[in-house]
Amino acid sequence: MISVSAVTKRYPQGLEALKDVSFEIEDGEMAFITGHSGAGKSTVFRLLAAIERPTSGSIVVDGQNLAALRRGAIPYLRRKLGLIFQDQKLLFDRNVLDNVLLPLSIVGLPAREAVRRARAALDKVGLLERERVQPIALSGGEQQRLAIARAVVNRPSLLLADEPTANLDSESASQILDIFRSFHQVGVTLVIATHDAQWMARFSSRVLRLERGRLIGDNT
Amino acid sequence: MNGFFSQHYAAQKSAARRLSSSPLNTLLSLIVIGIVLALPAAGWVMLDNLQGFAGNLPGVQQISLFMMVDTGEKEAAEIGSRLREANPGKWWFVARDDALKHLTETEGMGDVVAGLTKNPLPDAFVVEPGDSRPEVLERLAETFRSWPAVAHVQLDSAWSRRLDLFLRIGRLAVSLLAVLLAGALVAVTFNTIRLQILAQAAEIEVSRLIGATDAFIHRPFQYFGVLHGALGGLFALLLVAGIGRILAAPIGELFALYGSGFIPSGPSPSQAGAIVGIGAALGWLGARISVAIHFRG
Ligand SMILES: Nc1ncnc2c1ncn2[C@@H]1O[C@H](COP(=O)(O)OP(=O)(O)OP(=O)(O)O)[C@@H](O)[C@H]1O
Ligand SMILES: [Mg+2]
Repeated sequence: MISVSAVTKRYPQGLEALKDVSFEIEDGEMAFITGHSGAGKSTVFRLLAAIERPTSGSIVVDGQNLAALRRGAIPYLRRKLGLIFQDQKLLFDRNVLDNVLLPLSIVGLPAREAVRRARAALDKVGLLERERVQPIALSGGEQQRLAIARAVVNRPSLLLADEPTANLDSESASQILDIFRSFHQVGVTLVIATHDAQWMARFSSRVLRLERGRLIGDNT
Repeated sequence: MNGFFSQHYAAQKSAARRLSSSPLNTLLSLIVIGIVLALPAAGWVMLDNLQGFAGNLPGVQQISLFMMVDTGEKEAAEIGSRLREANPGKWWFVARDDALKHLTETEGMGDVVAGLTKNPLPDAFVVEPGDSRPEVLERLAETFRSWPAVAHVQLDSAWSRRLDLFLRIGRLAVSLLAVLLAGALVAVTFNTIRLQILAQAAEIEVSRLIGATDAFIHRPFQYFGVLHGALGGLFALLLVAGIGRILAAPIGELFALYGSGFIPSGPSPSQAGAIVGIGAALGWLGARISVAIHFRG
């Protein structure tokens, strides 16, 4: 499903954020990407989501080489991914339900079916009773769960999350983890970037360890 | 296909929501667009009315042929047959006795005529040409002047010429005004859309990140421009119709003074459609340009 080979990423004015990184993630796998702040975790996330292009090397996601992807093809790739951003990127000018409806309106799902699916996604993350609430009125953990509902409402087979438990207390964090685990159980591939080592230990999952842009560990 | 329609429907809804979410802004810019469109639209409707008035004015398109005073039936018959042959339109003969009788009946002229010992008026023909363009009238008059026993040809086209010229200048002025104000309308829409794009920056960014195409992102702004322009056009139409109602009665009286039965009217259904349609088209153009510039690269 994901194949990263010899990828280097150099930002315009910056130094190299990733240096010669290679790894593969199989369908249905759940993998963590970890490392200190500035190690390059978010850079991997952005490369896999085709938000950035690698400076060199190749990245294949769902059979497509992202290094050579046409600009016009990017939206269609993104629709197959579920993305959970470090800063969540919720829209605060509309309620919880409308936030989850956005990806469905992008793919042009008819309104009735879209509402049905959005409610199902909200139910999965325990926010169904709060569908009319504005996101600003949600707690940090609830906002993160809303971001997850929006990411999964299109039923992606690959879920990419960047620091999904940042700034959450351990109870909220473990709620999020349980949600991820339930996706893993139904065969969704998950790639989770986090510096939060404590809860990776609770999964017997694969951990890719980055340090200053280099992959220094890959234990399954 | 289903997805296609629901996407367009969603874009229309989103455009309508953006319009109604800031009612004061919307109202103010609709007033600006309405007035901007109303100016040339009112000019256009007025010129249309003037044209109708001109076409209805009796006597304007008449050519009178006066015979020499000492000519008789033979010459008149000759002119009659030439007119039949030339077939310039409607024409009739006015015998000198009939002309005198008519003059007697004209207010204030009775006494003058009574004092005459003999009829000073000549026989005459009156021609109402089928084609009333000034240059055609001019050419006909020239032909009539060359005919035998014709003393004088009077072409009442000075009036018609002036009116025609006035209409031409008016049309040119309205067209120039329309072009200028169309530019203003495009600029107003451009700026409104620019502010919309800034205000929607978060939604645009998120939409892109989760798989929206350029078309999906641009579409609501284009619908917004169309809707905005069409509503401005509708407002302009109300203004023009209102002005028309106020002016209809006094202008009708004025027309009547010139012997025209022409009744001034407000914008016709096709003009109304055109005003709203042009508003929508210019709104779309402003939105297109704004979107093209602000989403460049
Ligand atoms: N847009 C950018 N332009 C220039 N340099 C960047 C940009 N984004 C990241 N970097 C640099 O690339 C390196 C890796 O950044 P990245 O965001 O991937 O780290 P991270 O592991 O996600 O860190 P954190 O845990 O703090 O989120 C850092 O040195 C950072 O300063
Ligand atoms: Mg990061």
